[in-house]
This record gives sequence, C-alpha cells and structure tokens, in this order.
Amino acid sequence: MVEWTEFERSTIQSIFSKLDYDVAGGKALARCLVVYPWTQRYFGSFGNLYNATAIMGNPKVAAHGKVVLQGLDRAVKNMDNIKATYAELSVLHSEKLHVDPDNFKLLADCLTIVVAAQMGAAFTAEVQAAFQKFLAVAVSSLCRQYH
Amino acid sequence: MLLPLEEIGIIMSLSAKDKAVVKAFWAKAATKADDIGSDALSRMLVVYPQTKTYFSHWKDLSPGSAPVRKHGKTVMGGVAEAVAKIDNLTSGLLTLSELHAFTLRVDPANFKILSHNLLVVLANQFPDDFTPEVHVAMDKFLSALALALSERYR
Repeated sequence: MVEWTEFERSTIQSIFSKLDYDVAGGKALARCLVVYPWTQRYFGSFGNLYNATAIMGNPKVAAHGKVVLQGLDRAVKNMDNIKATYAELSVLHSEKLHVDPDNFKLLADCLTIVVAAQMGAAFTAEVQAAFQKFLAVAVSSLCRQYH
Repeated sequence: MLLPLEEIGIIMSLSAKDKAVVKAFWAKAATKADDIGSDALSRMLVVYPQTKTYFSHWKDLSPGSAPVRKHGKTVMGGVAEAVAKIDNLTSGLLTLSELHAFTLRVDPANFKILSHNLLVVLANQFPDDFTPEVHVAMDKFLSALALALSERYR
C-alpha cells in the first residue's frame, strides 16, 4: 500500500481543488497530442488534429481532457485505495481501448507541465515531488490489469 | 549507445522550424539561465533522489544551495553551447560527450530526467511563452542534446 505523508495528502487535495477540470484536462491532453503526436492514434474519431492550433481548439479534445481529470479525481478522493479504485479503468484501457501504457506517463508529464505553468512560485520542488508521486501511483494502478 | 527512441527506430532530427523555435525561445530564456539551471537541478535532486548519488561530494544538496547554484550555471552553459551548435550537435558536443562518458560516467537515463525538470522550470517561469509548439521543439532539442552527449559512451 502506498504511504502518503500529511504534506503529500494536503498538497494533492489542494492542487486538484484549484484546478478547473473544464480547462486543465483539455490543456494537458492537447499538449500531449502536440508534443507526442503518436498519441493521436487513439483519437481517430476526434476530427481535425492536423496541427497544434487545430488540436488546441478541438472541442472533442477539450471534452475528453475533462473526462481524464474526472478519472484522476477518483484517485484524489481515494488516495489510500487507488489500485482498487482503478481496477475497472485498467481493464478498460487494456482490453477495450488497447492503449500502450507508456502513454499514461506521457500524459502525466504533460499534466505536470500544465500545473507547473499555472501554479508559478507555489509549484516548489517538494510540491512537484508530491504531484509526480501521485501521478506515478495513478499510472501504475492503470497498468495493473494489463496482461 | 542507444536511447529508447533510437532503439525503436525513431530518430527525430530537428527541422528548420524546430531550430528556429528553440533559438527564439532561448533568446528570451537565456537572461534567466542561471536561475533556470539552479531550479531544474534543485527539482531533480528532490523529485528523483537517486540522482543525488552523483553529488555525494557536495556539502549541501538542498534546493538553491551554493553547489547547486554553481552547477546549475555550468549545466546551462552547456545548453547555451548546444543552442549555438544546434546545426551539428554530435560533432559540436564531442568534448562534452567525452567528459560525461569517461570522467563523469553519468548513466544516460539521467539526461532524460534532467530534461524533464528543465521543461517543468521553463513552463513554470514562462507560462505564456511555453506553448505546446515551443514545448515540442524544446523537448526534441533536449532529446537531441542527450543523444549527442551519449555519443562517446561506447
């Protein structure tokens, strides 16, 4: 089981409470599709992803980014049980969506960048460590049901 | 010395546009190079504690300490040199590669870690300028830099 310090718990709750799920998720996903264009392979039905401008303005990208953040929110609300919380999601990503799990890390890195840009000086090294630890646990839990 | 991307047959060289974007962004960021270097190193040592193993000879590994600040400056000097030699990183960084390969013997996996922290600092300090387009160009540049640094390893 993952051990969280008080600092880590409060930092994660604080960061997510300040995130606009309507905006931040879409930004992170758009950034992922631009910076790591091979991730576009999972979004053939999203229409125009031909260039950065199109991606950043694509409403389906924005909507799906929100879905992703709502998924992360479940982990935020169940920090002591992320593995169990994500069991079904893991099966979904593996057996139905067939997502290469390496992509989870890429999206996590993009979310870190978005949060770093938003938080300014408040995004200290310690805060970054807590945030990345949380994302690493979420990613690991999502990978759990891949066989 | 193959880094994961090269192993799977993807060699992503820098386009003319990438180079232009990197140079333009670097022109803005260079004025704060020392702070950027110190901040990136500080974060690396905190977020990836295994990297501290390379600095056991320092008295103080805390964020913003004197040795961290000094070394951050050194690292950014290398990045600046790479920007100037962006048209031929492999030959341009040969001496630095030999230093890292034969003297420092830094596991090249750590180049990726430091690159990530550099990108985090750039996003943090230049939130309006570090757009996704700048992000992808800088990520490609730092990957190419890391590859050039690995050139002499074996």
